[in-house]
Amino acid sequence: MLIKISEQAKKLQTDVRLFVEREIIPQVQSIENDGRISEEIVSKLAGNHLLGMMIPEEYGGQNIDPLSLALLHEELGQGHTSVENMLTVVGMVVKAITSAGDEEQKKRWLPGIAAGSVIPAFAMSESNIGSDIKGMETVAVKGDGHFMLKGNKKWITLGQIADLFIVFAKCDNRGAAFLVERDTPGLSVVPMSPTFGLRGNMLAELHFDDCQIPEANLLGRIGSGFNRVAAFALDEGRYTTACGCVGLGKACLNASLKYVNQRKQFDVYLKEHQLVQKMITEMIVNIQTAKLLCYQAGTLREMKDPTSISYTLMAKYHASKMANLAADYAIQIHGAVGCSTEYAVERYYRDAKIMEIIEGSTQLYEMQIAKNPVI
Amino acid sequence: MKDKIISNQREIKSKVKDYFARSLVGIELGDEDDIFELGLVHSLFAMQLILFIEKEFGIELEDDEIDLERIKTLNQITSLILRKLELQC
Repeated sequence: MLIKISEQAKKLQTDVRLFVEREIIPQVQSIENDGRISEEIVSKLAGNHLLGMMIPEEYGGQNIDPLSLALLHEELGQGHTSVENMLTVVGMVVKAITSAGDEEQKKRWLPGIAAGSVIPAFAMSESNIGSDIKGMETVAVKGDGHFMLKGNKKWITLGQIADLFIVFAKCDNRGAAFLVERDTPGLSVVPMSPTFGLRGNMLAELHFDDCQIPEANLLGRIGSGFNRVAAFALDEGRYTTACGCVGLGKACLNASLKYVNQRKQFDVYLKEHQLVQKMITEMIVNIQTAKLLCYQAGTLREMKDPTSISYTLMAKYHASKMANLAADYAIQIHGAVGCSTEYAVERYYRDAKIMEIIEGSTQLYEMQIAKNPVI
Repeated sequence: MKDKIISNQREIKSKVKDYFARSLVGIELGDEDDIFELGLVHSLFAMQLILFIEKEFGIELEDDEIDLERIKTLNQITSLILRKLELQC
């Protein structure tokens, strides 16, 4: 195992940490209350080049390496997981366009995404399917120079504000992906209520009622929608979500360390109680192991090593479970106040549960990791 | 020329076979065994296979070449790699 974090990556981490402290933390309560990430935050994310981090330079992005991406998401995860998840979704869309899009598609969409003028969303989930994409019910029918989309999507993060959707559908029973603009006739967007965690995700349902898509908006080809476009985009999403979980775990630990140093029970600070020390120890060690798995996955991704796929799975599996345990312990350490909105740990607890479900649940990973062992 | 192609073909097949042996511990794969039909692999393994082919042989698979219907046996995978390498020459 060889993990080397460059000076450039460390500088990016410091810059993002300052950005989070200055621009995100003061907005946390409004994200929670409003159930949305404000246009002001989106504009600042774009202004600080954070939306274009995965985009090649020739299309207006920074094209940072996977370990830098890990540190970026770790810092955002410490600030607010909805903001972190927004960048995960942007990253998935960017991955799909850069790996499967043609030159025209890249030129048309990537610079706008980097600049924040085009907000993208990844439209895969439906009412009846989550991870089981082969059971997808949305269909695309080939016409003369166009495709006709019919069906519905649900739980689409950023759906309420997105300008561009990557929509997955079956065409002649084969997987296909389409670039669909928000104002396309036949597409209607219905906002959903926020879930109890990641409240700023701006979820929406999408309804395609004979929605006509130009042939030029097919991403990749018919048949590659699931195996190539979705598979590699989801892999990207798993990686950044795992790194976001590391940040969330660190936030739980920091809040707990602060509290055990200021709260006294039975005449001594909580930090002196051995059962509290046990929880703190588990948090520290689990965060470090999750971080190492993420960095190992990142190193392998940089090398384009085939096992990066497995390591990324393991990183997301472990990091999201770690974040849940860390949030659980953080609440336990805080006691009653930890259950109130007075302290951030209640948000961490809500967000951690969502992070364990999105981009593939723990149980799905348990099936996949067992079937594809890394020894 | 024909000998060279056969030699390359053997070398490629051997590397791919080694990769399967490392990844699918304890399973001996025949040249025409359908890896998907046998239930040996799933979509995630397919992604790893794509990365392995691209890295090991220094080729980039085009979108229309990554069709799991067309790369499901050792012989099919070997032919695809050989075809790509010949195109690079």
